[in-house]
Amino acid sequence: MIEYEAVIGLEVHVELSTESKIFCACPTAFGGAPNTHVCAICSGMPGTLPALNREVLRYAIRAGLATNCEITRDGKFDRKNYFYPDLPKAYQISQLYLPVCRNGRIEIGEGKNKKTIGIHEMHIEEDAGKLVHDPEGNCTLVDYNRCGIPLIEIVSKPDFRSADEVTDYLERLKTTLQYIGVSDCKMQEGSMRADINLSVRPVGREELGTRTEMKNMASLKAISRAIEAETKRQISRISAGKPIKQQTRRWDDDKGVSFSMRSKEDAHDYKYFPEPDLLPLRVSDGMIEEIRREIPELREARRARYIKELGLPEYDADILTSSFPLVRIFERTAGICGNAKEASNWIMTDLLKLLKDEQVAPEDMHFPEDSLGKIIRMTSEGVINRSVGRRVLTELFGSDTDPITYVKDNGLAMVSDQSVIETAVDRAIRENEKAVADYLCGNPKSLQFLIGQAMRHLRGKGDPQSVQKILFEHLEKRR
Amino acid sequence: MIRMTDIHEAPPEPASIGAEQIEYLEQLARIRLSGEEKERTARDLSKILDYIEMLGELDTEGVDPLSHPVTTEPVFREDKAVNDDRRDAMLRNAPEHKDGCFKVPKTVE
Ligand SMILES: [Zn+2]
Repeated sequence: MIEYEAVIGLEVHVELSTESKIFCACPTAFGGAPNTHVCAICSGMPGTLPALNREVLRYAIRAGLATNCEITRDGKFDRKNYFYPDLPKAYQISQLYLPVCRNGRIEIGEGKNKKTIGIHEMHIEEDAGKLVHDPEGNCTLVDYNRCGIPLIEIVSKPDFRSADEVTDYLERLKTTLQYIGVSDCKMQEGSMRADINLSVRPVGREELGTRTEMKNMASLKAISRAIEAETKRQISRISAGKPIKQQTRRWDDDKGVSFSMRSKEDAHDYKYFPEPDLLPLRVSDGMIEEIRREIPELREARRARYIKELGLPEYDADILTSSFPLVRIFERTAGICGNAKEASNWIMTDLLKLLKDEQVAPEDMHFPEDSLGKIIRMTSEGVINRSVGRRVLTELFGSDTDPITYVKDNGLAMVSDQSVIETAVDRAIRENEKAVADYLCGNPKSLQFLIGQAMRHLRGKGDPQSVQKILFEHLEKRR
Repeated sequence: MIRMTDIHEAPPEPASIGAEQIEYLEQLARIRLSGEEKERTARDLSKILDYIEMLGELDTEGVDPLSHPVTTEPVFREDKAVNDDRRDAMLRNAPEHKDGCFKVPKTVE
């Protein structure tokens, strides 16, 4: 029985989060009615000229520095020619010969499973438009809003041997790119997508097998399943003595199988040549140093600081720094409520539970950054009690409503009026003679039950300390 | 995506363009030429190649490759978005459109 291993390389496309497109001033905002973020330049009208967005080069260099790449000093753009409706100019401006960054690396794994994944190169290019099949007219509809959005393509070396290594790398790459602010890496909006090159070979053999490619994968789960299925498919073919064809395959995640895509003949002859409409790039030492200074504290350093300076438990620091949107909301929340531990507790217990229940990734969370801080502050100032706070968080999650206004408008402020609490306590005692008797016989659980009943009469808004105090006094009077 | 290695593996193109080469280019460029146009294009392209070939006679030993004749510093555009939405005017250039999109023959995925 021959043992096989998979050899996997990744090409990851990441949309840069600039405000405008790479060669024109059209907005890069996601969504928008079809073809409303399009001008004469990005729709490829004759006679127009591209003008490079300064931030695109800076972001690409920042991404390269954060992944230990060498930065190319004298770069240029090349023209990749192909005729397809998603590309109105019939060429894509890309970088073939002198990519902006080369020879980087990312560490994956923990402890003795630590491993370095090499980055072969990182190049800048423009995104293409979106094609939508129209079953009604049996035709294809083209939307150029995405056309000209700046991308970096990060090409790894074929250093992966398993789906787990690939997802670990993608998670870390995503975290790093989010930390340095070059991309939001929202896989569900397509701002991060991966092409997977995979071949198998007997363990111990140096020579690579024939590889297949799966393009435009946009979910970690799908990537992981696709790698496992493709590895199995190739091994079973080889074991049965059948050849592997070099081809592009499309992964159908619902069915859990991949299909060979009809290959466009000659699809790989792009007739590259230097882009004549753009001047060569020149990157100075000064520019690199300036960009290096802009790189914020990355995950490992931040994690250590949270533990050492803020006194957070290791586990909490680990989770909070795992994604930059969480870092942002944590730091903002701690800033507003003035208590890092309290902010961390609320995020670790309540916010993460909400994200999990709603199946939302932190970067896809639609929740104003100062909302949680305001809720915590209201609880610590005694405006609302903690359970109302939790309720406000749940109800406002995914909404733009200000929590302070929400508490006011819905009358959720804590009831601390003694006479109102006394009425509720009286009623709880009157209606639950048995629990009262149990308490007087020494069953402490009955006290919790009676507090719950009194709280219920206060519609959950009672000041818990006052409720407990008044109830206790009333019960003791009955002894 | 294409790699440097793929480029090196591509067969060198013949100096003179034949019928086969023209058909290949037709496919790549998604155009259809008539018999007479094919012949004329082959002749023109061969002449152009011969002309460019003259550069091969020069001794370029020790000369750095030049990717652009202009040597001034690149000019950047600042990252400011301006939404110049003129969709309807733009769609008027298209033979067909539907729901704000360009309508094209069905593409095979
Ligand atoms: Zn544009």
